[in-house]
Amino acid sequence: MMLGKTAGGLFWMFRYLERAENTARLLEAGWRMALTQSSHGSNEWQSIMTTAGMNLAYEAKYDAYTAGHVINFLLRDSDNPSSVMATIAQARSNARGVRTALSSEVWEATNECWMTLQEELARPVSERNLHNVLATIRYRTSVVRGALHGTMLRNDIFSFANLGTFIERADNTARILDVKYYLLLPSAAFVGTRIDNAQWEVILRSVSAERSFRWLHAGETTPLGIAEFLILDPRMPRSLAFCYEEIGENLAQLEQEYGTRQTSQPQSDYMCACLRDRTIDMIFQDGLHEFLRDFISGTNHLSELIEQDFRFYE
Amino acid sequence: MTTDPPFDEMLTGPDTVRDPYAAYHDWFREDDLKRLLRKSRDAEAFFRRIGITFNVYGQEDADERLIPFDIVPRIISGREWARLERGIEQRVRAINAFLHDIYHRQEILRAGRIPREIIAGNESFTPEMIGADPPGGVYTHICGVDLVRTGPDEFFVLEDNVRTPSGVSYMLENRETMLQMFPELFTRMKVRPVSSYPQLLRRSLSDCAPAESPNVKPVIAVLTPGIHNSAYFEHAFLADQMGAELVESHDLRIEDGRVAMRTTQGYQPIDVLYRRVDDAYLDPLTFNPESLLGVPGIMDVYHAGNITLANAPGTGIADDKALYSYMPDIIEFYTGEQAILKNVPTWRCSEADSLAYVLEHLDELVVKEVHGSGGYGMLVGPAASKRELAAFEKKLRARPANYIAQPTLALSTVPILTKAGLAPRHVDLRPFVLVSPNRIDITPGGLTRVALKKGSLVVNSSQGGGTKDTWVLGD
Repeated sequence: MMLGKTAGGLFWMFRYLERAENTARLLEAGWRMALTQSSHGSNEWQSIMTTAGMNLAYEAKYDAYTAGHVINFLLRDSDNPSSVMATIAQARSNARGVRTALSSEVWEATNECWMTLQEELARPVSERNLHNVLATIRYRTSVVRGALHGTMLRNDIFSFANLGTFIERADNTARILDVKYYLLLPSAAFVGTRIDNAQWEVILRSVSAERSFRWLHAGETTPLGIAEFLILDPRMPRSLAFCYEEIGENLAQLEQEYGTRQTSQPQSDYMCACLRDRTIDMIFQDGLHEFLRDFISGTNHLSELIEQDFRFYE
Repeated sequence: MTTDPPFDEMLTGPDTVRDPYAAYHDWFREDDLKRLLRKSRDAEAFFRRIGITFNVYGQEDADERLIPFDIVPRIISGREWARLERGIEQRVRAINAFLHDIYHRQEILRAGRIPREIIAGNESFTPEMIGADPPGGVYTHICGVDLVRTGPDEFFVLEDNVRTPSGVSYMLENRETMLQMFPELFTRMKVRPVSSYPQLLRRSLSDCAPAESPNVKPVIAVLTPGIHNSAYFEHAFLADQMGAELVESHDLRIEDGRVAMRTTQGYQPIDVLYRRVDDAYLDPLTFNPESLLGVPGIMDVYHAGNITLANAPGTGIADDKALYSYMPDIIEFYTGEQAILKNVPTWRCSEADSLAYVLEHLDELVVKEVHGSGGYGMLVGPAASKRELAAFEKKLRARPANYIAQPTLALSTVPILTKAGLAPRHVDLRPFVLVSPNRIDITPGGLTRVALKKGSLVVNSSQGGGTKDTWVLGD
């Protein structure tokens, strides 16, 4: 048993943390594209911003997509409430609010993450520094996760932290796929044709999966293969199937601890079934975009149900 | 103004070290100043990392600040402490007896020991508490008694903080920091531990829980105004250390005649609320109707005896500055003994003779607002400019009853570490006291606040003060 506010604070703390990591990952993928693919560079920045859901905010401020502006907008622009800095500050503010639920290691790791980034992101980040800054972000957020797994009791607190993480991650992976879905459509890359090397790489890189994909698929890159990997492969820690397996387990954990089955559980089961009972061919036949759109709104709905079930707000 | 050098608690002459500091001083001389200065910087980084920060009033957007920490401990011998302990206990007992009396039969007024008007006309007197009986009979569950020292055996009580005294988290974290940085010192010297405070607080609050409750074990929660409050760190820290929930007003509601908190499994009744919210904001239905920090209807639950509020509402009358000068009488009236700890001589500006004296000696005195706190609205005569004195005189003449005056005490000094080595600075001491129905616990030591500016007497953190770890020796 814990305060509803605290459960909500934890859930969002870990959503923000995951979001900050994903934004940094997306930036890394875009940057790599820009380095290896000069002609498509600016286009790629735009689609990165669309994936991050920040294109409108960006366009309100800048006329063109340039590396310098995009990097700073994603990392530290004070006009961007979803920048890495702003999201980490949110996560840290939530952590302050739920301090009594966190081990001192988790709190200190979160606080140090925020302190370090405040310093690193105090001034505009040049391309020359970008690699180091991204490495710092990755390292600092990993320390928080490590502390979570190494020092927290496996009780409801841990479940809410996990639910936040995996709901945010599922949403994020689905959005990346949705922005790029046209690249994966058979019409755009008919059977037997390999899609543009750089394009699939950005998708895989933005979910840190380029190496594991190559290992599993022996270099055979097809639209179906990538989509299957990111949607249905339960071994891939950022796939939709993996995220939903975790969500289902954590809700079951809470059911066991509280002795009550929640209204969010049928929704989670339904979403799990959508992933389990379908093959990638079926998904493509029914329309990848439609599938992803439904998935994103279904995940959103699940998040709302969790919020109500556990009384995050009054 | 005093011209003699103030009493230094470590060094009584260039080479004469007072007993309690002997072992520390030996260690210090063996050590290297550069290493100590580096340790001092380490300590600051440590405080930032664990987030012991505070927000400055009226500067919500400003960065979180650190209260500067000085690594030279303030050391008190076991014998000195034993006397302080007796004096504090006596005072706290008297305060609780006074509060019970003043909200019931008012014997002390009938006996003419304190004037009626000082209670009747006082904003800190809370009519809603008349006839109320706090569970366990305790009014001031947590007290912080501010002491100053002027000589080897000269201690004075500067004020009794019996509303919602803060600072105990610094006492605990300062010790934690010292243990991490100088473990070797703690093997050389026997320092009495302070770390049991949170457990004692929990037990003490549990012992005051309402007699009847649906909970098997008392459920305790800490009520904070929220994350932007200057003492939020402390609220979270204490809740965490006690294993209690940290709640805000919107987590609470009244259900079935009890105060209940919204949990992931519905509303659960609370037995004891350690509230770090002022009386005025506690219940918009009873006190300030604009308050968003309190719980509407909580006073009804309180009157029905179904919630313990720590501290009880209305305790402010006991640490009101207008009443302070009567404390020796109060102690004598309720305990039949002379006060062990002295009061600072105080002029009540409400009295014509005193006012005349104060106006004549304004440049020698410290003048305080009767209802002020945190060092705001205070005049330190010897440090004030002509213009400041003139401005203050005007305020004083306009509302004399709003002020009391005290001599500028030659506060004792304890050295701090500076780039040039040890340098004396003025200090005060806030020991923390826990009161339960059958016992009083005083944590050995307390929070030493230190004025970091040379010669300054103002130790408040909001005015450039810092803190030190306070050691009571187990001798």
